[in-house]
Amino acid sequence: MNDLVLQTGAFPWITAIVFLPILGILLLFAVGKSRDRAMKWIAFLVTGADFVLSLPLWFLFDRSVPGMQFAERTSWISVPPIQYSVGVDGISLPLLLMTTFLMPLCVMCSWTSIQTRVREYLTVLLVMETAMLGVFVALDFVLFYIFWEAMLIPMYLLIGVWGGPNRLYAAIKFFLYTLTGSVLLLVAILVLYFQGGHTFDILALTRGEYAPSLQSWLFWALFAAFAVKVPMFPFHTWLPDAHVEAPTAGSVILASVLLKMGTYGFLRFSVPMLPDATALFTPVMVTLSVVAIIYGAYMALAQSDLKKLIAYSSVSHMGFVTLGIFILNAQGIEGAVMQMVNHGITTGALFLCVGAIYQRTHSRQIADNTGLAGPMPRYATLLVIFSLSSLGLPGTNSFVGEFLVLAGTFFWSKGVAAGLLSIMHASVNQLIEQVDRGDFTVADRATGERSKDRGRGAGAGTEVASGQGSVKAVSTLATDHRPLTTLFYPSTTHPPRTTDHSEPTRNP
Amino acid sequence: MEYALIPLLPFAAFLIVGLGGHWIKARAHLIAVPAVLGSFLLSVAAFRQVAGGEPIAIPLYTWLASGDLSIQLGLAIDRLTAVMLILVTVVSSLVHIYTIGYMHGEKGYARFFAYFALLTFSMLRLVMADNLHQLFVFWEAVGLCSYLLIGHWYERQSACTAATKAFLVNRVGDFGFMLGLLLVWLVFGSLEYKTVFAQAANLSGDTTNLMERFGGTWSVSTITLICLLLFTGAVGKSAQVPLHVWLPDAMEGPTPISALIHAATMVTAGVFMVARLAPLYSLSPVAMDVVAVIGALTMVLGATIAVTQTDIKRVVAYSTVSQLGYMMMACGVGAYAAGMYHLLTHGAFKALLFLGCGSVIIALHHEQDMRHMGGLKDKLPVTYWTFVVGSLALAGFPLTSGFFSKDDILASTWSSGPLGQVLAVLGLITALMTAFYSFRLVFVTFWGTSRVDHHLAAHIHEPSPTITMPLIILAVLAIVTGYLGIPAFLAPVFLNEDGGADHHGAAGMGIMLVATLMGLTGIAAAYLVYVKSPGLPDRLAQQWRRLYDLSLHKWYVDEAYDRSLVRPTFTAADGLWKGVDVAVIDGAVNGVARVVAAGGSLLRLFQSGQTQHYALGMALGAMVILTVFLLF
Repeated sequence: MNDLVLQTGAFPWITAIVFLPILGILLLFAVGKSRDRAMKWIAFLVTGADFVLSLPLWFLFDRSVPGMQFAERTSWISVPPIQYSVGVDGISLPLLLMTTFLMPLCVMCSWTSIQTRVREYLTVLLVMETAMLGVFVALDFVLFYIFWEAMLIPMYLLIGVWGGPNRLYAAIKFFLYTLTGSVLLLVAILVLYFQGGHTFDILALTRGEYAPSLQSWLFWALFAAFAVKVPMFPFHTWLPDAHVEAPTAGSVILASVLLKMGTYGFLRFSVPMLPDATALFTPVMVTLSVVAIIYGAYMALAQSDLKKLIAYSSVSHMGFVTLGIFILNAQGIEGAVMQMVNHGITTGALFLCVGAIYQRTHSRQIADNTGLAGPMPRYATLLVIFSLSSLGLPGTNSFVGEFLVLAGTFFWSKGVAAGLLSIMHASVNQLIEQVDRGDFTVADRATGERSKDRGRGAGAGTEVASGQGSVKAVSTLATDHRPLTTLFYPSTTHPPRTTDHSEPTRNP
Repeated sequence: MEYALIPLLPFAAFLIVGLGGHWIKARAHLIAVPAVLGSFLLSVAAFRQVAGGEPIAIPLYTWLASGDLSIQLGLAIDRLTAVMLILVTVVSSLVHIYTIGYMHGEKGYARFFAYFALLTFSMLRLVMADNLHQLFVFWEAVGLCSYLLIGHWYERQSACTAATKAFLVNRVGDFGFMLGLLLVWLVFGSLEYKTVFAQAANLSGDTTNLMERFGGTWSVSTITLICLLLFTGAVGKSAQVPLHVWLPDAMEGPTPISALIHAATMVTAGVFMVARLAPLYSLSPVAMDVVAVIGALTMVLGATIAVTQTDIKRVVAYSTVSQLGYMMMACGVGAYAAGMYHLLTHGAFKALLFLGCGSVIIALHHEQDMRHMGGLKDKLPVTYWTFVVGSLALAGFPLTSGFFSKDDILASTWSSGPLGQVLAVLGLITALMTAFYSFRLVFVTFWGTSRVDHHLAAHIHEPSPTITMPLIILAVLAIVTGYLGIPAFLAPVFLNEDGGADHHGAAGMGIMLVATLMGLTGIAAAYLVYVKSPGLPDRLAQQWRRLYDLSLHKWYVDEAYDRSLVRPTFTAADGLWKGVDVAVIDGAVNGVARVVAAGGSLLRLFQSGQTQHYALGMALGAMVILTVFLLF
């Protein structure tokens, strides 16, 4: 059992971090019903406290140990044996930190834009946070599945209640689509329970051996759940709809955290538990990933709505993550984890930016929002920085992940794959350029004038602050990557069992 | 270690001016100019140290460790870097000073200086890189600065479009660069120049199978592949055919930018890269030939277009394209020192020409069309005389710096073999065109009768000393750089190469004579056409309509790209979105939902709530079951 470091007697870090937001909900209900501002402060302070609480993990985490740390384990139900078992390793810790980092920003960006049912809104956000954190730390399959499904409900409410004009369609589509995938995940979990020695312990199941034919079935069952979440081509059409209708915070959570659930699932379950099936289906997965990268970029190119544009660019960027995972070498997997975190920060920030524009001009069309650099110079600067990060310019955070994934792919195949990637990348660049162009051209349109009036509105301060927070993350992650790579290096290079850790072959 | 300050001083200036621009405003130059001058002084010190002995190496830190591969960052200064440092800091300092006058009172004054400082920092880090990765990072960073500075006047649609175009075209090249970089990492396990160069020689016979994963065989020489991929980046950055299209449009930016980025420093990064990687390129004759031919094509194309342009900055821009072609051609035939020599002299005289254009433009209140100029030589004497010096150098007039460096290139090219002789002839013809268009510019702008708007004409006067002083200094440099023995200084960097044109013997003398003759003929032709017989240009244009249009419309390259790449891409994207994403994929998703819903409504019909319906159903069901049971 040396892949688990139990934290006996010490402070239950993980439990505290995961359930602190629930405590916040109690506080929300303790203040008067109409005191919206106070409730926003409570939510902000609770999410902020959660972030502060999660920071020590970064420093206490032992980077030389590949297994789970800060683990806690208590029996929950004896028959069948279901445990409350949580812990983090180098893959889940950055995702956990990213989530706690983004939640206060989500509260901040809702400061002025959400005016109806504030208490319910904040409750939903806090429930969301607990569920998301739970997914990343769960080490018991039933617990994992509970958190996994629990995420759907607050997200459904977020889109369906506080969303745009077509919110019901988008909310139901999102809910049914992801639920359908999840049902197969449940089936896979049950099969694993019976085949893997009557346990739901994820680590034990990871060590188990499964017949190749069974692995194939399980692989596709898990694929259904994870591919929808990522989303991989061709299961991506719920994403633009959900993004367009969701409120800003919803979009941020969707893009930054929810999409990572899928790739986290691949990395945590599919690849280590089902090595034979993974090896067998690698060509399929790589093909789908490359298609997603190119296709997502083309889709983004055709969009005139900023949120749709970023949504489709997410499909493209997440294609990089799945590509990195399934080329199965050290560079690819490390790049994939980096890309997950960096995409979360960058795309989250871009959605914050779009939310800020929408609140002022009431339009997300690029053509309606030209010339913002005049009345909103600081905002324009931030948007440019995030756009550059999104296109993976060297010197920004996203470059590292993409560079590693590309390197991994290159080591996997020197030939045509790399050529394909270069083509698609040109397209990704173009799409982001569209945002910039929209941002930089001033053509004396009516909206330019309108935004001038609203530019210095009440919420501007919080929004600029939330943007600056992200900038800080972008810049620190860009200049020195060692903290992050050393963090997940042991976990990515020694996951319990991966099929092929071929280091690139080199000439002398 | 103090040499690490060379890039850091401008970077500090960038941070201070960039973050505090709101408060600093019109005082931005007080921070940026001293910082760049400081870098210049340190560069001189570094230059002296390098000239006196060993190269300088300053290791920094480990940027990335993945698997057993890691990337270390560091700075290195050898002779090649040292001359580039001097070029960058000198031109940058002068242009910084010039900008004080040129951008005086403009909106975004502080922002301009901030980006300028960032550009200087990036360019310095680029030339001081000791590994390919750092080269790539700052390669992209100078591209970004170029984007930001071209789009400085962001209220103008044309400036925004030009900025975007520059960025995108550069990125196309940069992806080739990135693939080359990855291939180097894969093959050598390191990105450091030292390691790569040391191992490169063992690799000359090695081949790469491009179709490995797909079961096919398509083997190419690894070194050639690496060189060509990296060269794609240089094609983008140094505006070589077919990625030259961004540079002339980049003239939308303020003129100081054109002088610094689009003449003296950034665009020369591609040439610098090929020279820096000379040990790799020298191993691949195929790649070398490609470099030489692309360079020669660019050289000819740029000159043919420059002949007919009427915007003074565009004439100079196309001449830059053409001169970059010369440098690239020199590198392609193995005359790296000659290429670098021309890079340096060109840096001086082309910055001079651009700043001269800027001086004219400022004097005429942002008029750039030379058809609305003329007769300015008496009103702008300093600008005129310095401009003439720059044009003489560009035309390769004897005893100017451009004469020596161009001659060096042509002589080396001629002596490099049969291909080289063809290219040298092209170079000579281009020299004729170069002399013609540079003096066309001089004569049309400064000579003849004034065609300036009457309201403006009365107010034309020489700009402030911050503008004229850099012109004078650059004019001196445009002559002096020819006498500093630069090729001999650089020769040790490129081991197996000789120092200058005088080693080429009789052929060298012949080339020199012909080149001089070409230059003089070009100047004389420009004099005849534009001074002696004013109606002649129009008549010639009428007579050679086809050719004239071809040149005026830049060989229709932009139009061709628009039709063959840009529009089809957008059409395809739109078609894919509407035709596949919405119609097929999302249609299927919604279709599934609709089928389920329809199935539900159908089944609902059976749930009528009427007891007799249910009784009927039961009876029918019982009958069916009974029948089946009895029959089978």
